[in-house]
Amino acid sequence: MATKANGRWLVLAIPYLWLLALFLVPFLIVFKISLSQDAIAQPPYVPTFDLAQGWALFRENLSELSFENYGYVLSWDNEFIEAYGSSLWIAGISTILLLLVGYPIAYAMARAPKSIRPTLLMLVILPFWTSFLIRVYAWIGILSPEGLLNQLLIALHIISPDAPLQILATDTAVYIGIVYSYLPFMILPLYAALEKMDETLLEAAADLGCPPFAAFWKITWPLSLPGVFAGCLLCFIPAVGEFVIPDLLGGSDTLMIGKVLWTEFSVNRSWTVSSAVAVLLLMVLVIPIVFYQNLQAREVEGR
Amino acid sequence: MSTGVAEKTQKTIGGIRRKFAPWNDPQAVPLIRYQNVTKRFGEFTAVDNLSLDIYEREFFALLGPSGCGKTTLMRMLAGFEDPTEGQITLAGQDLVGTPPYKRQTNMMFQSYALFPHMSVWDNIAFGLRQDRMEKGAVNARVEEMLKLVKLETFAKRKPHQLSGGQRQRVALARSLAKRPKVLLLDEPLGALDKKLREETQFELMDIQMELGMTFLIVTHDQEEAMTVADRIAVMNHGKLVQVDQPAVIYEHPNSRYVADFVGDVNILDATVETVEPGMVTVRPAAAPDRRFRIAQDCAVKPGDSVAIALRPEKMRVELDPPGDSSVNCLQGEIWDIGYLGDLSIYHVELPGGSRVKAAKPNLTRMVERPITWDDKVYVSFTPDAGVVLTS
Repeated sequence: MATKANGRWLVLAIPYLWLLALFLVPFLIVFKISLSQDAIAQPPYVPTFDLAQGWALFRENLSELSFENYGYVLSWDNEFIEAYGSSLWIAGISTILLLLVGYPIAYAMARAPKSIRPTLLMLVILPFWTSFLIRVYAWIGILSPEGLLNQLLIALHIISPDAPLQILATDTAVYIGIVYSYLPFMILPLYAALEKMDETLLEAAADLGCPPFAAFWKITWPLSLPGVFAGCLLCFIPAVGEFVIPDLLGGSDTLMIGKVLWTEFSVNRSWTVSSAVAVLLLMVLVIPIVFYQNLQAREVEGR
Repeated sequence: MSTGVAEKTQKTIGGIRRKFAPWNDPQAVPLIRYQNVTKRFGEFTAVDNLSLDIYEREFFALLGPSGCGKTTLMRMLAGFEDPTEGQITLAGQDLVGTPPYKRQTNMMFQSYALFPHMSVWDNIAFGLRQDRMEKGAVNARVEEMLKLVKLETFAKRKPHQLSGGQRQRVALARSLAKRPKVLLLDEPLGALDKKLREETQFELMDIQMELGMTFLIVTHDQEEAMTVADRIAVMNHGKLVQVDQPAVIYEHPNSRYVADFVGDVNILDATVETVEPGMVTVRPAAAPDRRFRIAQDCAVKPGDSVAIALRPEKMRVELDPPGDSSVNCLQGEIWDIGYLGDLSIYHVELPGGSRVKAAKPNLTRMVERPITWDDKVYVSFTPDAGVVLTS
């Protein structure tokens, strides 16, 4: 009995150890750096803690920590708040676009003949076989003024060769990039929610006098809401912190917190401010995550 | 469903049922008419050139094995399938091409198909709200329906918080709420346990009487069909084999298929020897030295091969020979006994090796000399017990 209980404890401990070692400890390190001050040193901040230097010095160093960097990041004079807002805005618009594009695809997949559904799922996952970075680079070739899209439109005489569409290096390109890259994360939870829905429910609605379009809003849509929330959060949360897509496809005026953080870290070499930016970003994202978890808990309860 | 309904209708139910036979009235206009209806799914013909009339206030059962086309026949009335050929009319109106949401039929689904995100109340009110019924009227109707199915206290519950029997009642209330011209019941009691199923069968009949509605039920359970229905249509391979009242289907099956599908039966091959008015004498193949005399007028002539259907409960099993053992009597040995409590089923092996079943009610608790394995027994029946089947 005792060994059995130990075995169970061990299995349960693995994910906790994983989270402790790979999430909580790094987070605490980042949090500590965010409370430090920049310095020309290696690493480029003070104080550093080294217990070998003795307990007294450790306590003295502890008193040097301050929330100064947070004040700097949250000050209106700097562009950080604007970058947070802009990131939330871009991620929000992208999520809505993703939902508008993903829902019909997921719906069609869930209503497709059972025999071809695995193939369709495979096709949704297929882009993951190519590196994310390469796929985003490919969009440069498509969207640039001399790119494939403009060539096609010129060849079709839809636009004149003198005025190619200026999409690359704008927010539009960022939206295209995010929608393209994150689409599977939207489709998969929606598909899972729609696929398990009993089609007899729609027959029952029709039988009770409900035309198909109304039946969609009264039956299909509410029953797919868990999938909608899951898909939206799966897309929104990483999109807020997205760095590669705005860096490669966006313009210099595309303000996103991931880019700002990168600049702060590598160009300004301010580990402390970039750490504060990261901690604040986490705070901003914890809210939707907590919301999502509550939702899941409620759904589990509902069963 | 409430006891009040039961008491009220119980007094009149017999009288109404006894006299109710619009199908024998040439003046009666059928409510539902299937005319030469065929439905094909690709190569498969689910319903094959079928015509059927169902009358107002009738409780009509479609009975048959799975895949016989009974569900397709019902779904065509609801509008979920359109016939490949033929016409379906409801109260004189051609239904073909009318979408389900514009038809005055409602269906109770086998899986109940309750909307999981809506409360019991909202489920029942769903159809009424679709009709833009005024709010006060919706409330009154929903309350009436909840009372009818005895679920007044469950109005706020979600379907997953109900038992199977309660869900079944919500589904029934929802399909009745709009007072459809026809209520379609697709294997409505299939998911209930035996006892609850039997209770609910009688409640269904009471509700049908109380509301004066036409019910069309699809079932593969012949006992259920016999209990609830005014008439039964036995189907096979997309065709109607026999359409009649339960007692006629059981006592006068028109074919081997019906005799075999409805109830327990012994079917013995035989050759016709003599035909007199009201009496046929045959030689059973299983016991060629004996003769069966069957009191029946039928169009056969000596030498024809026929089948004799004999219900087990109409056969007597005795240890002593009956008065005249040369006619309507078989001799054999008990091969097996099924003791069911109320009845015992005796499997008797005939000298030729074939077996017949005979049921005997256990009328007393003690029997001096019970019939047991390997006993030599006589199985006999009266001339009106058997049915001559030519197809």
